[in-house]
Amino acid sequence: MKLNLKIWRQNGPSAPGNFVDYHVDHVSPDMSFLEMLDVLNVSLVNKKETPIEFDHDCREGICGSCSLMINGNAHGPETGTATCQLHMRRFKEGDTIVIEPWRAKAFPVIKDLSTDRTAFDRIMAAGGFVSVNTGNAPEANSILVGHDTAESAMDSAACIGCGACVASCKNSSAMLFVSAKVSHLAQLPQGHPERAKRVRGMVTQMDQEGFGNCSNTGACEAACPKEITLENIAQLNREIVRAVFKD
Amino acid sequence: MAHLKTFLKSSVGRKFLVGLTGLGLSGFVLTHMAGNMLMFVGPEAYNTYGHKLTSTPLIYLAEAGLLAMFVVHMGLALKLALENKQARGTGPSQNASNCEKNARFGSRYMALTGILVLAFIVLHLISFKYGTYYSVNYQGVEMRDLHRLVVEKFKSPLYSGWYLFSMIVLFVHLAHGFSAAFQSLGFFSVRNCLIKKIGWAFALLVAGGFFIQPIYGYFYGGN
Repeated sequence: MKLNLKIWRQNGPSAPGNFVDYHVDHVSPDMSFLEMLDVLNVSLVNKKETPIEFDHDCREGICGSCSLMINGNAHGPETGTATCQLHMRRFKEGDTIVIEPWRAKAFPVIKDLSTDRTAFDRIMAAGGFVSVNTGNAPEANSILVGHDTAESAMDSAACIGCGACVASCKNSSAMLFVSAKVSHLAQLPQGHPERAKRVRGMVTQMDQEGFGNCSNTGACEAACPKEITLENIAQLNREIVRAVFKD
Repeated sequence: MAHLKTFLKSSVGRKFLVGLTGLGLSGFVLTHMAGNMLMFVGPEAYNTYGHKLTSTPLIYLAEAGLLAMFVVHMGLALKLALENKQARGTGPSQNASNCEKNARFGSRYMALTGILVLAFIVLHLISFKYGTYYSVNYQGVEMRDLHRLVVEKFKSPLYSGWYLFSMIVLFVHLAHGFSAAFQSLGFFSVRNCLIKKIGWAFALLVAGGFFIQPIYGYFYGGN
């Protein structure tokens, strides 16, 4: 396949960026989107040009490193799929593909398509964990979790923290991410001791990072590669009211 | 108390208040619409209803409550909308509008439709509440003849047209706002089809109820 690419190039966080046109040849339909970019980067290196910076790690759809706004859709046209799991068979010979970084004030561009998503790490550090004492693992049957609860918590826990929700939101809101983390732990007994403190801490940090507010539009849910639902946001809204009355 | 402060200062807490006051105001427009329906019964029923409402001292309490809800709803919503604008990333984007396209129609224009509704309310108060005072006497009770004023206003195609337009705007605002308020309060998710349908039905009921009044007033009001 031959493809035309329009890729956002930006030298640094404060440098002005612009779209640059590239052409790639010999793209196999079985390649992943990131492999197609690898092919392009190899050709750029061979021409002594600077390769395009983009984030990636596991390439198995579970690490949340890859990002990329592809033709205006976070992670491209496929639903419930991260960029690394998107295959070139989704595109046609001669297609023009526009590739951009996530755009949000809280996710500044580091270089080209790579953005600084450490705001999510700081939100996690503000409460997205369970404090446990070290020592022997507790007896498995001492904390019972019902099947439906376990499944529902697992659905929330599926969030990989890629930031597609923020990039897709007209307000650059991080509510889907934060709510997935809050609901995951709020549903499990292990998360209960720090339940109120967690939601207060994470929401306060989210606001400080400069993310927008939720307009209940649902664009995040549509873009999420892990299909995290808006029900998590409703739960977050409940959790923060509950936290007013709890320590 | 400290937790309450954290809640009220947080984005989620403020959205909660916008949702709560929005539902309160929804209740108001619903009763207002239902009360206005007395127009179809006749001038006497319409005027007597208005007279009874305004002659109880509780009206001041209700008006103060309404005003407070309006101020909180608009103040917080505008602040949230400004924050949302700031949170967007900078840099020219060929596809920035895609984020907008992904969002439901009503949700994209809440600030705009809200401001249009506010403009309507201000002009609406000027033309009716603080409008010409006609009086009428039913069984020895002197009261305001609001019916006459309303019919007079609706006889103007310009006034009626603007009224109808504003009701379409109100419909768009309520169609998203009513169901979204429940999500912000944490009761239901907007994914819940039932609450979405109830939201649409509520918006249709309220805006539709108001919609037929100027049409009736324009064509049949005098008779």
